[in-house]
Amino acid sequence: MLEVQNLSMRFGGLLAVDQVSLDVQEQEIVSIIGPNGAGKTTVFNCMSGFYKPTGGKIIFKGKEIQGRPDYKISRLGMVRTFQHVRLFTRLSVVENLLVAQHRHLNTNMLAGLIGTRNYREREQRALDRAAYWLERVGLLELANRDAGNLAYGQQRRLEIARCMVTEPSLLMLDEPAAGLNPAETKELNQLIVSLKEAYNVSVVLIEHDMSLVMDISDRINVISQGCPLASGTPEEIRQNDDVIKAYLGEA
Amino acid sequence: MQDLLYFSQQLINGLTIGSAYALIAIGYTMVYGIIGMINFAHGEIYMIGAYTALIAITGMTALGLAWLPLILLVALICAMIVSSSMGWAVERVAYRPVRGRHRLIPLISAIGMSIFLQNYVHLAQGSRNVGFPALIEGGFTFGSGEAFQMSLSYMQITIFITTLICMTVLSMFISRSRTGRACRAVSQDLGMASLLGIDTNRIISVTFVIGAALAAVAGLLLGMYYGSVDPLFGFIAGLKAFTAAVLGGIGSIPGAMLGGLILGVSESMTSSYLSGEYKDVVSFGLLILILLFKPTGLLGKPEVEKI
Repeated sequence: MLEVQNLSMRFGGLLAVDQVSLDVQEQEIVSIIGPNGAGKTTVFNCMSGFYKPTGGKIIFKGKEIQGRPDYKISRLGMVRTFQHVRLFTRLSVVENLLVAQHRHLNTNMLAGLIGTRNYREREQRALDRAAYWLERVGLLELANRDAGNLAYGQQRRLEIARCMVTEPSLLMLDEPAAGLNPAETKELNQLIVSLKEAYNVSVVLIEHDMSLVMDISDRINVISQGCPLASGTPEEIRQNDDVIKAYLGEA
Repeated sequence: MQDLLYFSQQLINGLTIGSAYALIAIGYTMVYGIIGMINFAHGEIYMIGAYTALIAITGMTALGLAWLPLILLVALICAMIVSSSMGWAVERVAYRPVRGRHRLIPLISAIGMSIFLQNYVHLAQGSRNVGFPALIEGGFTFGSGEAFQMSLSYMQITIFITTLICMTVLSMFISRSRTGRACRAVSQDLGMASLLGIDTNRIISVTFVIGAALAAVAGLLLGMYYGSVDPLFGFIAGLKAFTAAVLGGIGSIPGAMLGGLILGVSESMTSSYLSGEYKDVVSFGLLILILLFKPTGLLGKPEVEKI
């Protein structure tokens, strides 16, 4: 469903990403790993429309999307999270999920003032979906708390729920386990796998936590200093000499 | 008794003018809250609202309409429509094309817009001040028999009640409606809101329109209260309302309300107990003090820089 062909991104004299290619099939978890500064997040930023890539193609559901504005890409069903949590901290937990469904809602202000039936029905549906996802990520009893007051692990899960209420077909997670303790990482692990199986979502994952990557990935792409280094199943990557060198240094 | 009556009178006068400041200040604070920019043409939008209301009133009186509530309602609606479209147009012409550039650029373009609108009204309506009919006359007096009598005019009551209604509707809109919710989200993280598929341009337009509509309400009310308007009518009021917004904490809507009231009361107290000439000294002195000691304002939240 997603195909990235020879993606390059140059900032002035620095070639941050050089000819990276990857593809994601339906219901697949694909990880991007690499040492710090390898250009993983830059690849993400190009894919989600934050940067306009200087070379290469990104094809999502048969459409070339490189260089399109971010809100248009997200409307095609591709949503992402960031390395640091970016919730609306002064909105309540449930409001965070309602705002994410804004474009599915009837936003006619007049209808809102009068409170027409259609308006209330849609609001109710949005609320139901929000409640469903809150239950799913175990935050239902905290629904009216300000999102900024949640514990860090809860904020991470809320962020994933906020992506899921938009009913995406591709979820891009940038270091979702960063800052989580081992127990929380394990929960996250199960959550991601269940998303793929139950909701027909493909996942692209950037992660440093190797246990998470090796456990749940169907395929792994390794990049180093902006260049593709290897790609394959977790087993193949584990035994790849280049990868071991890149991570441990030349012996 | 005498002193108490005098004090209450100043308090009433201060709260009257303060609630009108608060109405104008909402426009500054909402726009700042969303795009982090001061809309310096906002005072002019308010002035245009006052002129539109005056033109509507004059027109209706010429047509022989005499029923006061209808005249006021039509004048209010006309003023709100014209000011709102003006607010919308100003955003499209002067702010959207330069959004995302260096902070100084939209500032200059806002000041340019303000000068343009002021001079446009100079040309179209003349530079002399025009009398504004006092449609709501009379009131209550308290303390008969004393040397000083306290008065509470119907006009002042109208200003309080209208402001109260506007503020209530606005608070409900912001806290309950979908668009209000989206406004809050956009003001917290515009990039993220856009990524979630919210049409941020539309939300920004909505903010300008709401601010302008409230300024038009203030324009009609203060036009009647002062009894005259001129093309510079919006300049000082705009500065005062901006001060009120900063005082209360720019970006915070309850802050703008509180800031307006505090500013109005302190002005009226200064002019009566000190001297009318010190009025502006005190209000802008307050602005300087607040910027020195509590830059986020009374109810403002500190900007947390995330790294």
